[in-house]
This record gives sequence, structure tokens and C-alpha cells, in this order.
Amino acid sequence: MSQQAPADRTVQQLDRVIIRFAGDSGDGMQLTGDRFTSESAALGNDLMTLPNYPAEIRAPQGTLPGVSSFQVHVADHDILTAGDAPDVLVAMNPAALRANVADLPRGATVIVDTHDFTTRNLSKAGYDADPLALLSEPGDPLAAYTVHPVDLTGMTVAAVKEFGLTRKDAARAKNMFALGLLSWMYGRSTAGTEEFLRRKFAKAPAVRDANLAAFAAGWAFGETTETFAVRYEVKPAALPPATYRNISGNTALAYGLVAAGVRSGLPVFLGSYPITPASDVLHELSKHKAFGVTTFQAEDEIAGIGAAYGAAYAGSLGVTTTSGPGVALKSEAIGLAVMTEIPLIVIDVQRGGPSTGLPTKTEQADLLQAMYGRNGEAPLPIVAPRSPGDCFHAALEAARIAVTHRTPVMLLSDGYLANGSEPWAVPSYDDLPAIDPGFADAPNHAGADSEDGAPTEFWPYLRNPETLARPWAVPGTPGLEHRIGGLEKGDGHGNISYDPANHDLMVRTRQAKVDRVADSLPPLEVDDPSGAAKVLVIGWGSTYGPIGAGCRRGRRAGHRVAQVHLRHLNPFPHDLGDILRRYDRVLVPEMNLGQLSTLLRARYLVDARPHTQVTGMPFKAADLAYAIGELVAEAEGVDVDLAALTGAAGAPADHEEVH
Amino acid sequence: MTTTDLPVPGLRSGTESVPAYTGDTAQTGKDFTSDQEVRWCPGCGDYAVLKAVQGFLPDLGLRRENIVFVSGIGCSSRFPYYLDTYGIHSIHGRAPTIATGIATAREDLSVWVVTGDGDALSIGGNHLIHTLRRNVNMTILLFNNRIYGLTKGQYSPTSEAGKITKSTPLGSVDHPFNPVSLALGAEATFVARTIDSDRKHLTSVLAAAAAHRGTALVEIYQNCPIFNDHAFDAVKDRDTKDEAIIGLVNGEPITFADGRLGLVRTATGAVEVAEIGAGDGQVDAADVLVHDAHAEDPSTAFAISRLTDSGGLHRAPVGIFRQVQRPTYDDQARAQVATAREAAAPQGDDVERLTALLHGSDTWTVD
Repeated sequence: MSQQAPADRTVQQLDRVIIRFAGDSGDGMQLTGDRFTSESAALGNDLMTLPNYPAEIRAPQGTLPGVSSFQVHVADHDILTAGDAPDVLVAMNPAALRANVADLPRGATVIVDTHDFTTRNLSKAGYDADPLALLSEPGDPLAAYTVHPVDLTGMTVAAVKEFGLTRKDAARAKNMFALGLLSWMYGRSTAGTEEFLRRKFAKAPAVRDANLAAFAAGWAFGETTETFAVRYEVKPAALPPATYRNISGNTALAYGLVAAGVRSGLPVFLGSYPITPASDVLHELSKHKAFGVTTFQAEDEIAGIGAAYGAAYAGSLGVTTTSGPGVALKSEAIGLAVMTEIPLIVIDVQRGGPSTGLPTKTEQADLLQAMYGRNGEAPLPIVAPRSPGDCFHAALEAARIAVTHRTPVMLLSDGYLANGSEPWAVPSYDDLPAIDPGFADAPNHAGADSEDGAPTEFWPYLRNPETLARPWAVPGTPGLEHRIGGLEKGDGHGNISYDPANHDLMVRTRQAKVDRVADSLPPLEVDDPSGAAKVLVIGWGSTYGPIGAGCRRGRRAGHRVAQVHLRHLNPFPHDLGDILRRYDRVLVPEMNLGQLSTLLRARYLVDARPHTQVTGMPFKAADLAYAIGELVAEAEGVDVDLAALTGAAGAPADHEEVH
Repeated sequence: MTTTDLPVPGLRSGTESVPAYTGDTAQTGKDFTSDQEVRWCPGCGDYAVLKAVQGFLPDLGLRRENIVFVSGIGCSSRFPYYLDTYGIHSIHGRAPTIATGIATAREDLSVWVVTGDGDALSIGGNHLIHTLRRNVNMTILLFNNRIYGLTKGQYSPTSEAGKITKSTPLGSVDHPFNPVSLALGAEATFVARTIDSDRKHLTSVLAAAAAHRGTALVEIYQNCPIFNDHAFDAVKDRDTKDEAIIGLVNGEPITFADGRLGLVRTATGAVEVAEIGAGDGQVDAADVLVHDAHAEDPSTAFAISRLTDSGGLHRAPVGIFRQVQRPTYDDQARAQVATAREAAAPQGDDVERLTALLHGSDTWTVD
């Protein structure tokens, strides 16, 4: 199929476009978005994606709760978010139109499948009247948009007639028709999708051929109909030199764990219980047994961490993956790992809470649970990735800290990172951090029977003077037999101790051990291009993209603003206090009610101002730009045109420079 | 969902992959005794079990450093501190999960769980049944004293209905578990019952349990002299035990009370106690049930387990109820990893294959 636009079509250059595919849960919108993303990645665009789907596997067809969508932002420059508002909406039914139309800016393009605009489906979606019947009429509810009503389903059924599928099965290929049309419109390459379809449906030739035919028909429709006068081109992005691939957060996380296993020489052992949105890490790791990875699907969250703990005790890189409700169940076992100082990686892919909350939506409200959600003083290091690809590096960092410092480590990802994807610079093996298990292999203490002061016995709680880490002595090592457990241990020898002074010492020592992780951290990178900003925006986790985009908007409007983003939430890097105190105003955007700002205020006595949102969706760059603008006006005593920052006409773009 | 036929490994001993002790001097119980003072109440049945285990471990012939004891919470769960092996005194009810991780990660370890009726059957009930059905290679010693000791005397999931305790001043209205019936229902491959004070029987059961590849559940009747004294008098007292203990020996007719009583099948498929003889209402010796611990079908073992009194204990079958072979979870999990590694080897070493994995099939390069 031709990649060239016919001569009679105008090709318009875009520096970026945000497209949202929306349909019923069963319409394959996630797959459609995923394919468009892969096609764009193959073209070399920078991109970010935002899948958004209901918790129900198949909510009642045609209803608003059943709408599933996938937003992708593709650009010819470095971008940070999946975009605030779609430029193009593809709506596969009335409910998809109704659920998404409010998010569109004026002038957006809407491609809508007319097939399901029947009285029954309109009413299911809550429409009193058919909005398509009112197009260009007085009272047209879609007057602000360029609407293309197209019978995608009807044309799909016609295109796949020859393959003898039932009408229902034939209609299911409509998502590929839509993908073909959009691929034509944006000049995407089609070979990858064709290859994908051949592979996916290899065992069902009729379905395979129908999907290929629908995909081709969608493309051909764009090319032959006069409905679409313009094709668009988004050129490759000028990303830093590297080899790139597209990757989602959960995949990157799983790869990071595999890499940590190879790098450390430790077999990876995952103990896990299925939970949204973390299950894909279990699925991915279960494919990598060839790297010595064992995955254990346990009977519950507690057994998942219990088995990971046991494997870690026995010398594996123990990992457990879950989401917030699972962390609650694992808390006691995490406390055991704190007490017995066993290396263990606990991954929390956060979702909306409390309780079951919003399983498929994003939130970052488990920070304080990670910090404090255990009985007693039970400190542990916490790391957080800031983008889908960064999940890889965060996993390695969690492994490095766990193994080096003999401690459970919490990694806080979230639903946005887990399911979102972006181009990722594939790292070279040699650039990965070294992880040295350094197993104990000999006695470390001179016992009463020692004649020359040489070690004759093994003390499990004798510490490395630098890190305060205790030895990792795994079963099978002769002469190091010892007992550990949840009861308080005597300093050094590790026998049960109820001595008051010893408990005080051990509580403080466990805290000091975690605090000393900060000694191994590099200085924070402060992004302050003007060097004269009075406002600092600080965040953690997946807000990196929206905060960065908000800062860029502010800067393009002429304002000075600095950004710092935390990988380590516990302990904080040594230089964080000084950095915070350098700025007049500190803004802390978080998808919770101010958990990081609470920690910063308590620790540094600075007026860190929370800017919070708990909608289950990532921040919009425009909202953050507004908040930044307000603070800049306050800090510098200048007037800031806030409307110009919020996405009204002529809003500054999210990128630093136009390439 | 589709299923696939898993390869069936050959019959193997539970300790086959654990390195044998090859020292010059024979191991003794002392080698397995830690320097920690034992702190159970005077007269506690745990002492007898500890002594028996310390005496038995040398007979296993394994290297001490390749033995791991994992316990939960409760009086009996202090057990690992008193053994000079590797050990974890973990959290309430979770020992089987930790042992599962250890046993799956390390074929070369002999893994033991020490637990009690509260730890295993109440807070840890879920883990117990799932460990049994998976058949992870470990031996679980379930010390059943039918009471909560460490928390000072509340009723447990094996306490008899009507029991008056601190938390049930008017008598417990909970119906108890029969641990053997529970284990058999949970697809256990090895289920046995023994008594703390019968060292010889206890040791013989431990030997069979350790030799079993898979999860071996050993219920040990254990007296708590403080909160539930005399609970097992019927099976311990010289005057009553002959009539109280229904001894199970594989391949032997199940008779007791000097051969006066035996087990027979009823018309409904249950098993009952009958007098043996030619008199009225008595049964012929030839009709007495012959114990078959290796029967694939657990129905008869289950029927025998139901002869245990659920109220005050006057009679109970003791011995190995069931001992059958089924592939273990850990052997199969390791085999999948080993097979995958073997299959992938021609594609390069771990680093080369990791590099290929990270690149995936669609990359583009920016110069």
C-alpha cells in the first residue's frame, strides 16, 4: 500500500497531534491505539500514550460506563505528556462520542462511526436527539468541531464479505478500518500492523484476512473519498542520539527486574497475586524463565511476599508486585523483612484508592503508606520512576539498594506509567549499575574458643560500618547457621533480646541504615534554565511529564521557574533541603491530597505548597502552568497572564524549543 | 484456556537433592542443638518433640547447613531458635509461604515448617491448604495442643465445641477442624498423626515424612500442661491408650486393643470400629480393613480420619494415613526454568539475550 499521498491532497505539516480512539470496551480501542503508537514509533516520532478503560471487562454494550479509550500524543519534538486535550477524536458509537466530546478543544476533528446511531443506542448513551442529525443545523451540539460521520461498521462488513464471517465477527474488524483510515490520514507506515495481524491471527485465517482487508479498506477509503481534504505529516523527532524502542511502564519494569537479575548474578524470584494494574509485570516476567526467572502466582498477596521473602532469604533476588490494596495485606511481611534485614523488592503500581477504589485509574496516594504503613518504626527506602521507560531504571535502582543495603525497598509506580508508553533509549548492558550480592561466606566474630582473635563464629547482626548493612548468609553456607525472626534481635549476635537499651539501639540503627542509603545517591538535578527562578516545582513519580510540560509552558510565556523531580522518596537526597531553601516558593503537584508536601514540610520546615488532584487521571499541563503562573506572580510581584497559560488561543506549546 | 501435559519426573526422595553429610565424625543430637536456652513451660510437650527432632536429624545424614526450619507464631514456633541449623521464626500463619519460596528457589535444602493449631489452621489456614495442594517439597510439623498457649488460653480451631476458655466463658460454639481430614481434603500427598510422648513412633513418622518428596503434613498431639492439660490423656495413659489409639500400619489389618477391635467398612462406605470375633454383632478378622496408605483415592483415608473424636479425645487413628507420589510444585517450576534456559542457550549468554530482549523487534536509531 502506498505511503505517498495522492497529488490532489494537501499535506499539512504538524509539529504534533493528539488523537483519542474511543469505543465500547469490546471494540478493541486499546489495540487500535497501541498499533497507531507502534506505527508512529517506527516513524521516529516522540510519543506518549494514555490508555483509559473501565474496571469492568465488558460493561453493558453501548453505555457510558463501557467506554474505553486510548489517547496518543505524537510529535516531531521531545514531549512529556499524552496531551491535555485531543485534536482528533475517533468515536465508535454514541456513548464514546458523548463520553469524550467535552474534552475536545474548539476546532477539533471528530470521526464518528454512524452505524450505531440508532434510537436505542442513542438513548443508552443518554442522547435525547441524534447529534449527527443536527449537524450544521441550528442548535448543532457539535458546531465547534469538524465532524466526519462515516459508516465505519457498514463499510467494514462490506469489505470483509468474501471471508464468510458472521456479521458480528465481520463488524468486529471495524477498529482496523478506523486504524487504516487514521494511518492514511497521518501517513503512518502500515507494514508493522499488517505483520502484527498476520501473527496475531495466524491460527484463524478468516479473521486474519478480514482484519487485513478492513485495515486496507480504511486506508483506501481515506485515499478515495473526498471527505478528507487534507493529510497530515508529523516528522520524526530530534531525540538525543540513541537506539529507541517504544515501551510501556509495566514492560520496562519487568525488563528492569530481569536486567537486575542478570547484572547481580542472582536468580529472580517473583511471588505475586494478580491485581490491576500490576498483573502485566507478572505476565511479562513469566515469559522470561530463560533468564532464570521464577514466577510464583500465590494464593494471596501475603503468600506472594512470603514466598519472595523466603526465596530472598535463600539467595534469590526476591520481588513481589502489587497495587495499594495488596501492599496493605503485605505490610506485616514487609515489617518482617525490615526486622530481619532481608533484601526484597516490593513493587506498588498505584491505583485510585482507598479500598478497591478506582482499579484502572491512576493515583499516587500510597506514598505515606509506603513510608509509614507498618507497625513499629519500620523504615524502608522508597524509589519512584518518572516515566514509562524510567520504570526500567527504577527497578534496577530498587534492586541495587535492596541488595547493597540488605533491606526491603518499595518501588512506587502508578497506573499511568504502567499502561502508558513512550520511546525509550535502549540502554547498553555496561551502563547498568553494578549490583554485588556479597554473600557472607565465613565466620565474622571471634568466639570464646578463638585462640588468636580470628573469627570462629557467625554473628548475623554484625554490620558493615559504612552502610550498616548486615551480612546476607544464605542456607547451604557451612559454619554460618543462624536463626533470624520477627522478635527483636540483640545487636551483633542476633539472639532474641528484650533488653530496653538494645531495642532503642536497634530501632535507631535500622533507621540509620536506611538514612545512609542517601550517601550513595547522586546530587539532584535542578532544571532552572534562567538560573534566577524564585519558584521551584517539585514532584515525584508520574507527574514528571505534566510538571515538565507545565514548566515549559511557563517559560515560553517568559516566566522563570525551576523543576526538580525526586527518584528517591526515602531517604531524601542530601542536597534536597538546600535546594528547597534556595527558592522563595515551592510548589508540590501530586495526585493525592499532599503527601510529599507533608513529608517536605515535616522534614525541612519549608512552606511547600501542595497542588493536588485525585481524578484518577494525570495532571493537565495547562492546569500546572496556571498554578505555576500564579506562584510566579506572587513570588516576583509581576502580572502573569494566566489565561494565556491555560490552553486558550495561542497557548504556549509544551516544548522548550521548536525544532 | 488450554492446558498442556506436564512432564512427570520419576519417583524421588524428599532429600535426594540435599548434600549428604560426609564428615569424619558421626553427627549427634548435640550438633543440632543451638546455644539458646529453651524457654517452654515445664512439662510442655514441645520439649519431647524438640528432643526427638534433635535426635532424629543426625539420622537424616544431611549437611547441617542445608537444613532450614521455618516457623510462624505461637509456643511451638520458637522451635527454630533451639536448632543449630538455618532458621526463621517468621510471622503468624505465614511459614508455609516462606518455606515455599525457599524450597522452590533451592532444591538443595531440606525445608521444615514448625507450626501449631492456631498458626496453621486459623490465621494460616489458607496457606496450609494451598501448600498441600501444590505439593511443595517440605515437611510440616503441626503441633496440635487444641488451645492458644502463647496468648494464654483462648480456644483454637481444634478445640472441642463447648470448651470453656478465657474467651468463651459460656463454652465455645465453634465447630473444630480435624487437621487430618482437612489435609486430605486439600489434596495432601502425605498425611500422618503422631504423639509427642511416643518418641519411637514420632521418629518413624518424621523419617517417612522427610523421605517423602512433596508436602508432608505431620500432626503431633502435644500436651499443653498450663492451658489444656490432660487433653490427650486417653492416647497417652497406659490404661487407656490401647483402646484409644487406632494404629495405622501400611499393609496391615487395622486392629487395636490387643486385636479385640478393628476397623471395617460400613454399607455406606464409612469406616467404623467393630469387635472382632465370631459372636453376635462381631466381625470376622478377615473383614477387617487392611491399611493402604498408598491408595490413590483418599476416600478410605478420609473415612478413617473421621474416627477421631471431635469433642474430648477418647479415640484417634495414629500413623501415616496417606503417602502417595505426585509431582511437586518446586520440581516442576525448576524444570520449566531449566528447560527454558536450555532452549535459549543457542541464542547466546544471558547478557547477549538481555540485550536482544531490551531492543525488541522494533527499534529506530537517532544519530
